[in-house]
Amino acid sequence: MLVLDNITKYFNRGTINEVLALNNLNLTVNEGDFITVIGSNGAGKSTTLTCVAGGFKPDTGAIRINNEDITDWPEYRRAAFIGRVFQDPLKGTCASASIEQNMALALKRGKPRGLSKGVKDKDRPWFREQLATLGLGLENRLKDTAGLLSGGQRQALTMLMATMVRPDILLLDEHTAALDPKTANQILELTHTIVETQHLTTLMVTHNMHQALTFGNRLIMLDRGEVILDVAGEEKKNLTVDNLLQRFYALRGEAMGSDRLLLG
Amino acid sequence: MATCPRSAIREQNMTWYAFYGALEQGFVYGLLVLGVYLTFRVLDFPDLTVDGSLPLGAAVSSVAITAGINPYLSLLMAMGAGFLAGMVTGILNTKFKILHLLASILTMIALYSINIRIMGKPNLTLLGTDTVLDSVSNLGLPPHMSAPLLFACFCAVAVVALVWFLHTELGLTLLATGDNAQMITAQGVNTHTVIIFGVGLSNALAALSGALVAQNQGAADVNMGVGTIVAGLASVIVGETLFGCRSVARAMIAAILGSVAYRLAIALALGLKLGSFSFTPSDLNLITAILVIAALVSPQLKSRFRK
Repeated sequence: MLVLDNITKYFNRGTINEVLALNNLNLTVNEGDFITVIGSNGAGKSTTLTCVAGGFKPDTGAIRINNEDITDWPEYRRAAFIGRVFQDPLKGTCASASIEQNMALALKRGKPRGLSKGVKDKDRPWFREQLATLGLGLENRLKDTAGLLSGGQRQALTMLMATMVRPDILLLDEHTAALDPKTANQILELTHTIVETQHLTTLMVTHNMHQALTFGNRLIMLDRGEVILDVAGEEKKNLTVDNLLQRFYALRGEAMGSDRLLLG
Repeated sequence: MATCPRSAIREQNMTWYAFYGALEQGFVYGLLVLGVYLTFRVLDFPDLTVDGSLPLGAAVSSVAITAGINPYLSLLMAMGAGFLAGMVTGILNTKFKILHLLASILTMIALYSINIRIMGKPNLTLLGTDTVLDSVSNLGLPPHMSAPLLFACFCAVAVVALVWFLHTELGLTLLATGDNAQMITAQGVNTHTVIIFGVGLSNALAALSGALVAQNQGAADVNMGVGTIVAGLASVIVGETLFGCRSVARAMIAAILGSVAYRLAIALALGLKLGSFSFTPSDLNLITAILVIAALVSPQLKSRFRK
């Protein structure tokens, strides 16, 4: 359903700051996969997600969604297929717009927009219902601007908005990393519920190994812009953090680089 | 800005005549102020194109009227020209990646030449021709009241239309583009198109304003746009400070009232006499600049005093 075919991407090519961000990366995401993506800093996790979302064009290779080549599609056009939640909770919602306006904007993702009312009366009850599932009391605050919400509340709202129109692919780019541990857990639970109930195909980048092992049916590890480990099903269920580190060591012949990853 | 006959009348104290003059100026430039509000506040796009599109509107309208076209129709033509000018700035910025300020300065400079080309000379008088103002003064209103009334109607229609538009699906994308481009892109909106359209709309309003100014004062002048953006910005800021900006509708009404307040302040300053010192119209730009700086700096000062 989503295929990354031999993707290579250099940043600052031809300068002394040249970085090989993605190195012949190949990945096939099947319908219904919930993939957790781990790797040390600079391994290419976020870059991979940005590449799928269309934040840049790869130097070589092709991206296909549902057998359609979208390599040359701009970011806004790909949004028709893709729901996104960012690491920065401020990025996913519009601070000066009200909660209902934000939701109304998300309700039209990938669809033509016209001169009818932005927030329609008939949608409000459904907005309330959706917000009520968050358990944050936001259902009574439809007219409040998103800027009044806390980071966790905004991230929860972004989760809703990303999945209101069912995305073919949900991209979660360390979407709990900027939150306090308690809020992070709430958002993770919400993620789990939404992904399970809607059977969403999901890519979730995380720095936290426990998270990566607990969630999803498949785990991939990136290193230096390549997929170096790809486990699914029973094999993934039986993985432990120690296993992962050992396998990384065996594959790369060195200790894993990032202390953040080790601490996770 | 360079030619504003009513406010140029200096008196010891502000007379009713000057008051009506200020109202008239406030409303006629109110349309421009709405445009400036759209770019600066909604789109977060500092757009100096208006310095060129205001005289552009004046030039197009004047030439059209001189050629015998209906004055109201000439307003539409002016708006169309202004929209195109704004689109050029938007395209320079989005498609060619030129910094917004620079892109708008480039369009503004180009418009100076274009405006002279349109008129065939640096200014064009409209003496003896029918204008939109005649349609109102024919109703029997005294001339000093008909102009403010007509321009206030234009502003009211513009505010209603813009408030309606900003609450439509497309309008919301305009708000979101200025606020969080990343978010609205992720929702499938091409921000380039939105910016090109938004800056176009803003300049259509500026051109409409210019066309009405020209019809009101009976002449279009290539230099009438000098300082437009600063005056517009001053009005927006004065409006926000005095009348608040909690909702889009409120902010727009505040922008119009800010425009009136700004013109009243100018009229007052011009009537001021301290001993042998008095302000002249040529001091306007300095006063405006100081006003804008004061408004921009005051929030910082306030928060510093609170600490």
